Amino acid sequence: MSKQRSYVTIKGTKDGLTLHLDDMCSYEELMTELDEKLTLNAADAEGPLVSVHLKTGNRYFTPTQEEEVRALVRGKKNLVVGSIESNVVTKEEAYEWKRKNEIVPVAKIIRSGQVLHVEGDLLLIGDVNPGGTVIAGGNIFILGALRGIAHAGCYGNKEAVIAASVMKPMQLRISDVMNRAPDYKTEERNEMECAYIDDTNQIVVDRLQLLTHLRPNLTRIERRL
Amino acid sequence: MGEAIVITSGKGGVGKTTTTANLGTALALLGKRVCLVDTDIGLRNLDVVMGLENRIIYDLVDVVEGRCTVQKALVKDKRFDDKLYLLPAAQTSDKSAVTPEQMKQLVDELKQDYDYVLIDCPAGIEQGYKNAVAGADEAIVVTTPEVSAVRDADRIIGLLEKEEHIKPPRLVINRIRSHMVKNGDMLDIDEIVMHLSIDLLGIIADDENVIKASNNGEPIVLDPASKASIAYRNIARRILGESVPLQTLEEEQKGVFSKLKKFFGVRS
Repeated sequence: MSKQRSYVTIKGTKDGLTLHLDDMCSYEELMTELDEKLTLNAADAEGPLVSVHLKTGNRYFTPTQEEEVRALVRGKKNLVVGSIESNVVTKEEAYEWKRKNEIVPVAKIIRSGQVLHVEGDLLLIGDVNPGGTVIAGGNIFILGALRGIAHAGCYGNKEAVIAASVMKPMQLRISDVMNRAPDYKTEERNEMECAYIDDTNQIVVDRLQLLTHLRPNLTRIERRL
Repeated sequence: MGEAIVITSGKGGVGKTTTTANLGTALALLGKRVCLVDTDIGLRNLDVVMGLENRIIYDLVDVVEGRCTVQKALVKDKRFDDKLYLLPAAQTSDKSAVTPEQMKQLVDELKQDYDYVLIDCPAGIEQGYKNAVAGADEAIVVTTPEVSAVRDADRIIGLLEKEEHIKPPRLVINRIRSHMVKNGDMLDIDEIVMHLSIDLLGIIADDENVIKASNNGEPIVLDPASKASIAYRNIARRILGESVPLQTLEEEQKGVFSKLKKFFGVRS
């Protein structure tokens, strides 16, 4: 054995191959060894497609490097990259992730003509008056009365929900689905309600307590990782 | 150094000018030195309601453009020995004749001489509104128990809350018809206050005498018997910091039978 240490460890699992890549060596060394190992261990070309999961440890791959790795693996006949997993992300990605996932508390009354926009989940401590609008990238939780317009999951998240202590909205929007209040007056209900998209792609309003069953991952912070 | 209060509503025709005239008169009756400023340039009304129309020589635009001093343009109300003055708006120009900076300077100058400067704001949220709020320290929002008026009041409150030099606005609900509220045909006071969630400064019942009085150029406050007059006086006292309970809106029942019922304590 001339080599003192291998930078690439291959493990077979029932989902395919898992490659553990060393995160201390240089990128060039890693690529050379990866190429060698995969060529050596190449199965017969006739076999079925095997998906490869790469674990890069504490190494950060730039988008170009990631593309190179993918190209290298793909070049080996029946191998295909399933996923690339790293322990590290860039600061920008982390901030982006935080913005999109944090719950933003706002203590304010959103009055007619005012628009409140948040990237993540909105927790509004106050009312939305008729003519006022709240927009969130995630869910919307309103401790007061919703009498205006609420738009949850505005970047296309159909799982988003809208919950309010008093649900009397002019319009509800979740992702690209819209629903408006009926033209006739409905009877006052003094209970908290939530709105979500059901199986028929319609927005429905129901008792708040049902959310636990409908969206079990609602409060888990890692839900969108 | 006095206080400048802007009286605004967003919607037109809810009673801004009437409220300005009556609160100004009521404050003058309570012994304060008051100056009313009409900022509705091009559509002035305050002078008509006050009955001072034919005494106007110079106006707000003349002052701002330096054609005369503020003192020269002010119209004195003879009924109140040196207590009540009006700075009328120009009728020949439009709202763009004045900038918010000029208004602020003017109001600051008036605040030196008067206890209260009441600014009558035009309807809308454009230039005229911006001019009117520029110099104000406080704001009174007037609304009526109609959905459209409440909606506009909500919008105005939102805009006023963004102005950092103005204290949280207070609400006056005008033209309440008690029998309609009772039947549920009109929004009731609690509903409006809860919806707008700002402090309630006063309520004024709908009263035909108000129209009659303003047509005669005599603010209703000068008639001590009228219900609206008492309501305006109460608001003036609240502005001075007194705590005055809200008027009851129930109309007195007339006739022998109801008096009898009252005597025996039967509730109708």
